[in-house]
Amino acid sequence: MSVPRPGGESWGMPIIEVTGLRKAYGSTTAVDGVDLSVAEGEIFGLLGPNGAGKTTTVECVEGLRVPDAGTVRVAGMDPVADRDRVRALLGAQLQECALPAKLTVREALELYAACYPRPADWRDLAERLGLTGHFHVPFAKLSGGRKQRLFIALALIGAPRVVVLDELTTGLDPHARRETWDLIEDVRDRGVSVLLVTHFMAEAERLCDRVAVMDAGRVVALDTPAGLVRRSARGTVVSFTPSRPLTDAETATLPGVRAVRVRGDGQVTIEGSDSTVEAVVALLARLRVTAHQLRVADGTLEGAYLDLTDAGPGLDSGDETPFETPASAAAAGQA
Amino acid sequence: MSRALSPASAAILRTEARLFAREPVNMFWVLAFPTVLLAALGAIPAFREHKPELDGQSVIALYVPVCVLSALLVAGLQTMPPVLVGYREQGVLRRLALTPVRPRQLLVAQVAVNGGAALASALLAVVVGRVAFGVPLPGQPAGYLLALALATLTAFGIGAIICALSRTMKIAQGVASAFFFPMMGTAGLWLPVQVFPEPLRAIVDFTPFGAAAEALNQAGTGMWPSWSHLGVMAAWAVVLFAAAARWFRWE
Repeated sequence: MSVPRPGGESWGMPIIEVTGLRKAYGSTTAVDGVDLSVAEGEIFGLLGPNGAGKTTTVECVEGLRVPDAGTVRVAGMDPVADRDRVRALLGAQLQECALPAKLTVREALELYAACYPRPADWRDLAERLGLTGHFHVPFAKLSGGRKQRLFIALALIGAPRVVVLDELTTGLDPHARRETWDLIEDVRDRGVSVLLVTHFMAEAERLCDRVAVMDAGRVVALDTPAGLVRRSARGTVVSFTPSRPLTDAETATLPGVRAVRVRGDGQVTIEGSDSTVEAVVALLARLRVTAHQLRVADGTLEGAYLDLTDAGPGLDSGDETPFETPASAAAAGQA
Repeated sequence: MSRALSPASAAILRTEARLFAREPVNMFWVLAFPTVLLAALGAIPAFREHKPELDGQSVIALYVPVCVLSALLVAGLQTMPPVLVGYREQGVLRRLALTPVRPRQLLVAQVAVNGGAALASALLAVVVGRVAFGVPLPGQPAGYLLALALATLTAFGIGAIICALSRTMKIAQGVASAFFFPMMGTAGLWLPVQVFPEPLRAIVDFTPFGAAAEALNQAGTGMWPSWSHLGVMAAWAVVLFAAAARWFRWE
């Protein structure tokens, strides 16, 4: 079932192209100069903390919002000016939406199929999404997982060339989440491009060909998930909350340290190698300092993500800047 | 929208009609309540007597327009706004806006379904008035239909304003109830407009449903409804829809 993932250089024509996108709500700038492009046949992830501007970005792609500046193109067309043609080839699932409470699954599928010029076969879609046994259930009586499946079906019902899925698996149990992932891969294997908004690292790592990390309205990194992990230059990371603050002189004795970070609440994060971890434990024992919430982690996409969205300038370890694109300093400290 | 009815519009209309029929509350208040009201009033023997001071009409004859207007008011104020505001509040409109369909088509379908039900209900009241209480059918049918059409537009114009200005379904319901009884009063629920004392009657004639009650009553007795009553309704409809279009938000 698996289709070989295209290499970084061989991406086709962009199906979605966003250039210099800006959008503000009153005095709050939600999106501040975003550039990204989703290639035909790609699963493209948009990652970032709450309030990073992910949803606003995809709402501009969907034509639900009019950008203040910049351009958005879907298959070469403007989602606002060419509304009807863009909507005929773009399917979407929204974070917050609903159907009338007493509309049944079957009626919803029939209604939305009628909204498109060349719809997919809704019976086939319902079968793939396991909705066949629930045709007569009204929307309000569906479980969260089934509602989510119905919205996925509605995103695909127009036989789109690209689908935008916003926080698709939020609220699903782990089993349903895995099934949904299989379904997204299946959708891509049928030639549909996917723009996936998520805050689950495992989801991005598993599904996405490329990932853009957003923070404070900007794209702070754009690479393959593996590329992001490689470039994050995080080796082994140990974090803990010491019973008393450690001095710089004390931590300076540790071997192989790349960076030391102390959070406002006292949590210390040290990046280094395996030998650093052993030395940290020995140092704490020697100083008779108790370490609470001791964690040791290998470099992961999650670590790379945290570097990009959470870390202040304190993470910088001399000339070894982990990413080419500068993380917005203003975003530092925002959880 | 130049084509008769696109497949999408037809599907939306069918869906809204089904959903309307699934609400027993709608079925009762829009379709049955006006006739029930007429039957209750008609059960009073004195109301069926022809009165010289009413130009030989019976009191129940004056109440037929009131019941007809109550159908329009229930549908336009009480039924449609909470549904549309709920659609907006819950994201039903947002989801539909992602398809090539315009959310406006849903609005049109809502007006069509509720307006259709209200007119059917009005017709039922007129027929029951004729059959059960001997109220003559409208003597000036064309004028009656024109007055009814303008009254329908006005009722849905008020509904549209409520949709435009209510953020939540609860607010829409509250505002609709606050409007409903004064409107019913001007339509003549407690006292037929024709027997209002003079300065009051002149004022009520400038309200949308006071004018509607007068116009329907005139057409009922065989006269062409006065252009001033029709004009008052038309003016209200224009103002209400213009204001609703100005303030309505899809989200």
